[in-house]
Amino acid sequence: MSSQTHAGLDYSKVDEILASYEYKKSNLIAILQKVQEVFRYLPLDVMTYIGTKIEGLSPATVYGVATFYAQFSLQPKGKYEVKVCDGTACHVRGSMPVLNAIHKCLDLKDGKFTTEDGLFSVETVSCLGACGLAPVVVVNGTVYPQMTADAIKTVIETIMGEERGN
Amino acid sequence: MSDKKTLIINGKEVEFTDEPNLLEVIRKAGFNVPTFCYRPDLTQYGACRMCVVEVEYPNGRTVINSSCTMPPEANIKVKTNTERTRRIRKTVLELLLANHDRECTTCDKSGKCELQRYAEEYGIKDVSKYVQLHKDRFKEIDPWNPSLVRDPNKCILCGACVRACAEFQGHAVLGFANRGSKTVVQPMAGKPLASVDCVFCGQCQAVCPTGALTIKNEVNDAWKLITDKDVKVVAQIAPSVRVAIGEEFGLEPGENSIKLINAALKEIGFDLVFDTNFSADLTIMEEAHEFVERVSKGENLPLFTSCCPAWVRYMETQHPDMLHHLSSCKSPQGMLSPVLRELVPQYFEGFTKENLKIVSIMPCTAKKAEAKREELRKDGVFETDLVLTTQELAKMIKSAGIDFKALEPAEGDSPFALYSGAGTIFGASGGVAEAAVRTAYEFVTGEPLSDVDIKGMRGVDKNSRCKDVELDIKGTKVKVRVVSTLKEAEKCIKEIKNGTADFHMLEVMACPGGCINGGGQPLSFNDSKVKERRAEGLYKEDSELPYRRSNDNPDIKKLYQEYLEAPGSHKAHELLHTVYRDKFKNSYKDVVK
Repeated sequence: MSSQTHAGLDYSKVDEILASYEYKKSNLIAILQKVQEVFRYLPLDVMTYIGTKIEGLSPATVYGVATFYAQFSLQPKGKYEVKVCDGTACHVRGSMPVLNAIHKCLDLKDGKFTTEDGLFSVETVSCLGACGLAPVVVVNGTVYPQMTADAIKTVIETIMGEERGN
Repeated sequence: MSDKKTLIINGKEVEFTDEPNLLEVIRKAGFNVPTFCYRPDLTQYGACRMCVVEVEYPNGRTVINSSCTMPPEANIKVKTNTERTRRIRKTVLELLLANHDRECTTCDKSGKCELQRYAEEYGIKDVSKYVQLHKDRFKEIDPWNPSLVRDPNKCILCGACVRACAEFQGHAVLGFANRGSKTVVQPMAGKPLASVDCVFCGQCQAVCPTGALTIKNEVNDAWKLITDKDVKVVAQIAPSVRVAIGEEFGLEPGENSIKLINAALKEIGFDLVFDTNFSADLTIMEEAHEFVERVSKGENLPLFTSCCPAWVRYMETQHPDMLHHLSSCKSPQGMLSPVLRELVPQYFEGFTKENLKIVSIMPCTAKKAEAKREELRKDGVFETDLVLTTQELAKMIKSAGIDFKALEPAEGDSPFALYSGAGTIFGASGGVAEAAVRTAYEFVTGEPLSDVDIKGMRGVDKNSRCKDVELDIKGTKVKVRVVSTLKEAEKCIKEIKNGTADFHMLEVMACPGGCINGGGQPLSFNDSKVKERRAEGLYKEDSELPYRRSNDNPDIKKLYQEYLEAPGSHKAHELLHTVYRDKFKNSYKDVVK
């Protein structure tokens, strides 16, 4: 795990989120979701901070919750979050070739899931509930149905082109 | 409905009342069911499934259930040892062992390990049919603190340590992380215990059924000192060691074996043997003086006791803004060592400041860390050289081939071994406060307190972790609160912060019930009565001693006359008092920089 002692993290935003959930232990998952929206991941220091601010929690407990659920990431996610469905239907209809194509296209090796420039992060998820459209890829909430290796390459290159244009 | 409720266990009719679970009923009836995750003073967790039993309901339905999580019900028939329960337990054991570092011979828990015990009892001989999940994945051992060693390769994920940390200390340094086959128990993000504000109370170690959490073993360092011809080694023995160490040698909990300990230490090769009870008396002289002074000036109240190193570390890392409440007195261990360094060379021939080594025998893992405090270091030398826990001393006695029970009882060495009853009760929660009040009363009124038994401060069971006592010192009302566990202490701190606190003195012991139940004491996984019997042993000794108040101890009087002048004097401050520092600044929780 990379050390994530980011100086200058904006804790005022964390405070706002904590306050909106009344510093309640039972709201931890919702709090972590909101915090992840802000930072695009859960920095260690922020988890420590949350663990000390909420009564009845500790940093170790917050870390335990964050590592239990697949939805939380301890490493920064990209500006574009690519979710490749690997549920049963998508798997048998070829989600793995699609995933491999994405990895190749973005030059992601050795278990890395975020590109160097921080633009893309890629993960597999278990069933998005759109099995009729298998295999499915979701990029920042936009659903791309019946993907193939070539089709997803076009999608990614289009996004890259738009980003370069900006 | 009759109020007498019964059930049948292995064909025997058994009565039950308010037992929290079936397991307790079974054990009370004299049957044993193996457990790993069950600890009577913690919440039930039901993780290990070793305590499964066959339950037959009156309607004929039979189920397998974990007895630790099942409430007792009337008229059920329970079988604890059937083909099915044995098969389940064997499978559990095999699966645990398949992923366990089975290097038993070099493991510190060997002989005390519950996994080892039940694997042997259930005849587990071969686990090669299971694929080892983490065969090549060696998890790093954490020896990076003075008190405890955490070896995750031996963890069976029973969660006892996680619960002990959260439910006793409220601090939850340890937690579960990850999921499924990757689950581990660890401090935040797998950091070493030393860098997550662990207070080293060792309660995690005391509930750990395996060698995943053990006391840092310094027995070999002790032998090295003893066999070194160029040094002289002296020992000091803490109050609660004497009522617990006997358990390792077949004596009953609470049986006072101080004279056997003295003899054993001499036999092992210690040159002189002193008693920390003596410096407990000294602590009371200083602390009672400090308390009376603070009350008369009305400042820095309530006074917090400072004998418990886990509590002191907790204050320094979690509440540095309240350090002025802590008594500036060193702990009894911290007081005796510098006194010995000053005076042993004067009183005993052959001892010099240079060749003197001090080993203390403590019920406590946090004392190991206390001895390494920079504040307890003078001229580059730590005042206490080595701290051994009760468990470690027992190992030394065994390895020296000493028949403990057959030893000729021996006295400690004068003049630092004579103690009052007030000194001896330091080992139980409430003892320090009771001892302090006995002496403070006399300091204020000039008359000795007639009834020295302050029963309201006593009690070490689960329901007496917070005790309030109001005393009348010749018209002045003094309120004393006694708590054990840091979880209870934290509640008191909250009261102080929000202004509702109503007490003048706060005694805190981090371990539930005080030092008699310290992290370094002999293990007693499944009997919560052991600590009560140890405490009884201390109160019994107190009631039998000729001196009941610290200020009556003639050797204490002599020490003040000849050397320390008076409680709170300049000399006393130099040797017996210390300072505390804000340690939040290096704390991992200080993330907003």
